Parts: sequence; C-alpha cells; structure tokens
Amino acid sequence: MKRKGIFTVMFLILAFVTVQASAGTLKDVKAKGFLTLGVSEGVPGFSIPDSSGRWVGFDVDMGRAVAAAVLGNGDKIKFVSLASKQKIVAVSSGQVDITSRTTTWTMKRDCKQGVDFTTIVFYDGQGFMVPKKSGVTSAKQLKGATVCVTAGTTTELNLADFSRANGLNVEAIVFDGKKEAFGAYTSGRCDCFTTDMSQLASLRTTVADPSTHIILPEVISKEPLAPLVRHGDNQWKDLVTWVIDGLIVAEEYGITSKNVMSIKKNSKDPVVQRMLGTSGDVGSFIGLDNDWLVRAIKTVGNYGEIYNRHFGPKTKLNIPRGLNKQWNKGGLLYSLPIR
Amino acid sequence: MVSQIPVTGFLFAILCCRAMNISLHKLNDGRITGLLMQLVVVAGIIYLGYLLFENTQANLEARNIASGFGFMSVEGGLPISNTLLPYTPADTYGYAFFIGVLNTLYVALFGIIATTLIGIFIGVARVSSNWLIARLAGIYVETLRNIPLLLILFFSYGVVLAGLPGPKTSLNPFFGCFINIRGLYLPKPIFQDGFGFVVLALVLGAIIAWVVSRWSVDYRDRTGISIPSGWIGSALIISLPLITYFIAGGPLEWDIAALKGFNFKGGLVFRPEFSALMIGLVLYTAAFIGENVRSGIQSVDAGQLDAAKSFGVSKGKIMRRIILPQALRVTIPATTNDYTSLVKNSSLAVAIGYPDMVSVGGTIIGQNDQAIEIIGLWMAVYLAINLIVSTIMNWANSKVQLVER
Repeated sequence: MKRKGIFTVMFLILAFVTVQASAGTLKDVKAKGFLTLGVSEGVPGFSIPDSSGRWVGFDVDMGRAVAAAVLGNGDKIKFVSLASKQKIVAVSSGQVDITSRTTTWTMKRDCKQGVDFTTIVFYDGQGFMVPKKSGVTSAKQLKGATVCVTAGTTTELNLADFSRANGLNVEAIVFDGKKEAFGAYTSGRCDCFTTDMSQLASLRTTVADPSTHIILPEVISKEPLAPLVRHGDNQWKDLVTWVIDGLIVAEEYGITSKNVMSIKKNSKDPVVQRMLGTSGDVGSFIGLDNDWLVRAIKTVGNYGEIYNRHFGPKTKLNIPRGLNKQWNKGGLLYSLPIR
Repeated sequence: MVSQIPVTGFLFAILCCRAMNISLHKLNDGRITGLLMQLVVVAGIIYLGYLLFENTQANLEARNIASGFGFMSVEGGLPISNTLLPYTPADTYGYAFFIGVLNTLYVALFGIIATTLIGIFIGVARVSSNWLIARLAGIYVETLRNIPLLLILFFSYGVVLAGLPGPKTSLNPFFGCFINIRGLYLPKPIFQDGFGFVVLALVLGAIIAWVVSRWSVDYRDRTGISIPSGWIGSALIISLPLITYFIAGGPLEWDIAALKGFNFKGGLVFRPEFSALMIGLVLYTAAFIGENVRSGIQSVDAGQLDAAKSFGVSKGKIMRRIILPQALRVTIPATTNDYTSLVKNSSLAVAIGYPDMVSVGGTIIGQNDQAIEIIGLWMAVYLAINLIVSTIMNWANSKVQLVER
C-alpha cells in the first residue's frame, strides 16, 4: 500500500511539473472571467486604493478599459500590487496578464527581459525633489548630496548616469519600496528624492505641507511609460495595444463616455463608424466583437477624460498635460489609425 | 520540445508502476525489491530535476529571456552606498554583487559577535538572584522574541531616523566623532610605515600568552598552585604592541570627518541603515541566545553549586570553572541555529535600504530579469556562510563535549 502511495505522489508531481503556460492570454482571461492586473503599491493618480478599497488611477483605468473590452465589465479585475523590481518578472512569468504600473519602455526590457510593451500612455521624465529650506534651485547644485531612490527602476540608473556625467558624486540610498524611500527622504535621511516628474507631483501631495518641498526644474531623462505584457503572445499584445490606442483616437474624435452611444447611433463619419463597430469588422482583428471600443469608452472614457479625472486641474495633483496633449494640440499623443 | 514533456512524464510514470509490479510479482526477496525501489526513486528524482531544467529552459527561450551568467561581466551602472571596498557605478554587475556579499558577511560577522555578548549577558541576568534584573531580562526576552524581526527593523530604523539631527546640527560627543541622521562618523585610522611592527608585536604577544597558559595548566597539575595566566596573557597582548607603537614613533594618523557641502566627508562612517540593521538583528537574536544560555546554566545540577560553595570556592570561579563549562554543552548546539538564523535574517536589510547581497541582487534581477541565476547565487552564498558557521560551531562543540572514557 505504502509503495503505491509513493508512486501516486510521484505521478502527481510529474503532472504538476509538466503543466505548461497555456495557449493564449486572451483565452485564459475569458476562461477565468477576470483580468489579473499588476499595479503599484499605491501612487496617487496612477494606482491606489480609494477609501472604499477600490483601485483607482490612470494606470488602473487602462486596465479597466481592457477588462471592459474583453469581459464587458471594467470591474472584473484582480489587482496585484507590485514593487518596482517585481513589475517585469510578474508579467514575464505569467503572474499577471498586464502590468500597468508607471513602467518605462527601454530597449533592454523590451528585448531581453521577456516582456513586450504595448503603447505609450504617459510621456514622463525624471526629476528631483528637495526640501524648500535647503535653498537648492538646480539639480546641478546637488554635489555630494544624499539621494533616496527606489530599487529596480530606470530612475536608479539615470541617477547614477546623471551623477557621473555631471561629476556630482551623489550618494544613493536604495530602498525596496517607494513608500520607504520617500519616507526616508521626508524624515531627512536624504537631501533629495528622485523619480519621474509625475510621481514627484503625486507623492508631494501626500506630505503634511506640500509647499515645504519643491521640484527642481531639470528633467534628466525621457520616461515613456507603457503597459506591458508577456513576450511572445502577439494576440494579447495587439489587443491591449489597440484598446489603449482606441482611447486616444476617441479623444481626437471627441467621443466621450457620455456621448459614445449617441455618436455610435448617429455618426456618418466612416472612421468613427469603423471604430465604434457600426461598420467593418475591426473587432475581429483582436479576437473580440465589434462593440469592444464602445464598452471601453463607456467604462473609463477617452484618454483625455481619464487624464483629467486623475491629473486634471480639479485634482490635488494638477499635472499640466504638457507632452501628453494630442499631436494636433502640440503634444506627442499620435494615435494609430483604426482600420 | 515543450509539448513532449507531459507525454514523456506520463510514460515514465507508467514505466515506474510497471517496474514496481514486476518486482512485486517475481522478486520476493525483500532486499532486491528494496534496492530496486530505491533505484527507481533516485532515477525518478533525477528525471524530475531534468524535467524541471528542460521546462524552465524552454519557457525562458519562449519568452526570449537570456540565461547564464554572461550579464555579470557587463557594466551595471548601479549606485550603491555603504561599500566596504571602492565602488563606482561603472563597475560590473558581478562586482556589485560581490560588494553586496561583503556587506552581508560584514553584518553576519559583527552581528554574531555582538549578539553573543548581549545574549550571554541576558542569559546570566535571567537566572540572577536579583529579582529586578531577572524580571527585566525576562521582559526583554518575551518582548523581543515575540515580535516579527521586520517590525523591529522598521522600528529601529524609524527611531534612528527620527531621533537624530541633520548634518548641520550634528551631535559632537567627543573630538572627531559626529552623530547625525546621515551616520555615525568616527576618526579613521591611517596606518603609516612601521605599523607592521605593532601588528607583529600583537601576534608575538598572543603566542607568548598561549604558551604561558599551556605551561600554567601543566604547572598547576604538577604542583597544585594555579597561576593567573589569563591576566598575564592579557597584559602581554596589550602591552607589547603598545610599547612597540611608542618605540616606532606612533605610526598612526587619524582622518577626521568634516562637513563639506551637504554631508560630512572622510572618517570612518557607520550609516544609519547599517546601525539600524545591527541594532534590530542583534537585539532580536540576543533574546534567543539569552534563552539558550539560561537553559544551559539551569541544566547544571544545583547540588554541584552547593558542593562548590561548601568548599569555599569563590563565586567567579564557580561560574568560570563549574557552571560555564557544563552550560556550554547545552548552549552551543542551539546557538548554532540562532547564528545561522541571524545570517539568514540579515536579508531583511533590503527593507531599510542597507545594500546587502539580497538588496543588490534584487536590483540586478530588476535590471536583467535573470532571477534564477541571482537566486541561485544567493542560496549558494548563504549556504556557504552557514556551513562555515556550523563547522566552526561544531568544532567548538566537540571541544566542550564530555569525553566519554
């Protein structure tokens, strides 16, 4: 009897070991009925749970748009809070279906780390925050300063590059979590805190008196932030790319969460008709029905609505759109044609 | 390749069952059956390992993730503070990892020494006849032992950060020493020519002290007169280098930290991350070691103490000659476990920004996504450190164990 037990166990182990990652993420997501979304540990504006525990934010809405397009419901998401250095591994290992978490698109990550970036959702750049009373007005004055930074980010590397290029010889104190790094800065452990400009604005709102900290004018890097998916699943990559692209196109054409249904019914513009599925079959290109973009827009609104909801003038963050305006308004948002 | 694996796995399992059936039917000799079974199990384990390896390789390839240690010789660009050897971001990933390993070793070494001293103190205090001391030690042990180490680290780091002033308003308790939120700065010795003689004198003193102690044991055995060899040895070890130092004309200079710009420069620095980690680790582990020491002391039969007292043996001598030699037998094996725990727990350094091996390695994973390689290295280094600790402790244990005749 005992021997048979051993073999049963061995057989079971074999069965588990040989389970393979499945055919496609789209099929998986449909089968399990929810999307697994990798988000931050809590960065106001991008992804943070609100007072009722519901995840909100710019990055979250990108995920909700995909969930709405695929599953018809923007709330069918299981959120996984990831530290910076987990955000790539989590998606390459299949732990999450999408990481939408202020992640910079770099060559190495794209080519060598088992992930694919979808489309740029936020044009950002790295900056520095210092206490106002330090009297520092330029990043070039940071010679010999101590800088708090988060591990596993492009920020960490840019800081080292900037320090070398300008002979600043800064001392970096590297923390695993953003909260710990920023907490150490506010307690005076570091002279300076560095991360992307948008996150500096975001984190500044979390201190007791935001006016006691200033953000220096220098932007030392380009940080194109994009959601990412597992390398090698082209269907899924296409889907996420085009759902987000659809949100950007929708802003260009003035389609909002409020008017999307009436535009769908009344529009004579063939471009809009194709997008909203009254003509053509673009939905089938990404394995969905023709209402995919309508659902996404109805759930989260177009790109501009999402931006305003989380970063607009009425929010605490109030980050000017800057590079994130549409291309015809002087920004870099240049959507790809849906046809 | 990938799709073949489940099939081969299935076939293998069937083969295993077949092999077992045959052996049960035809070979009633228990020994042969047993041997066969063991062979099958070993083969199965090897095959499982092979499957795991193959599967991992196939999945890594499918996701275009590189494998191997090639990336370790590429320039890392990582910033690391708190390094024992000179380091710049222009160094390779491999060197950065090595810097992290040194930091882990540094914490392990000083942690073990400090925790031993405090642990012995706590353990002796626990069995003290003084009611207050015994209770205080008891509270210490029960509190520290029952709080997760991570919380203790956050707490000690928070206290260190909250309690210290900024660089411009540093505490300056004595000449050359500065304490502020950026670290504890002490004068750093710079060895001049001729300091080698001082080291030589120290070694010489130690050798003579050892010879004296051996001789004194022999002398005591022959004559019954005991010579305070410990005192003589200590005097030799201290005075010989000291005399040499002055004869050589004081071949030592001090580098004293000074405030330049944002921070103090120069001197010997202990960063708050290191201090907080040491405080947390040492206080936590000392609670466990204190308990080991207490149980060791209490394992000594009370009758022996009464006997020693009735002979008029002094209190210190009872501790040194009767209690400790017997208590150590009980204490050492348990303490080996606590030492290895301390080494492993030092990986929590990552939470409070101390660049130990896990912190640096984690960053390297983040930049390269080659988690398997780095995690393998972590395991190898911890295993190596702890095997060394265990070997030393086992040797110490064999020295104090009762020799059965």
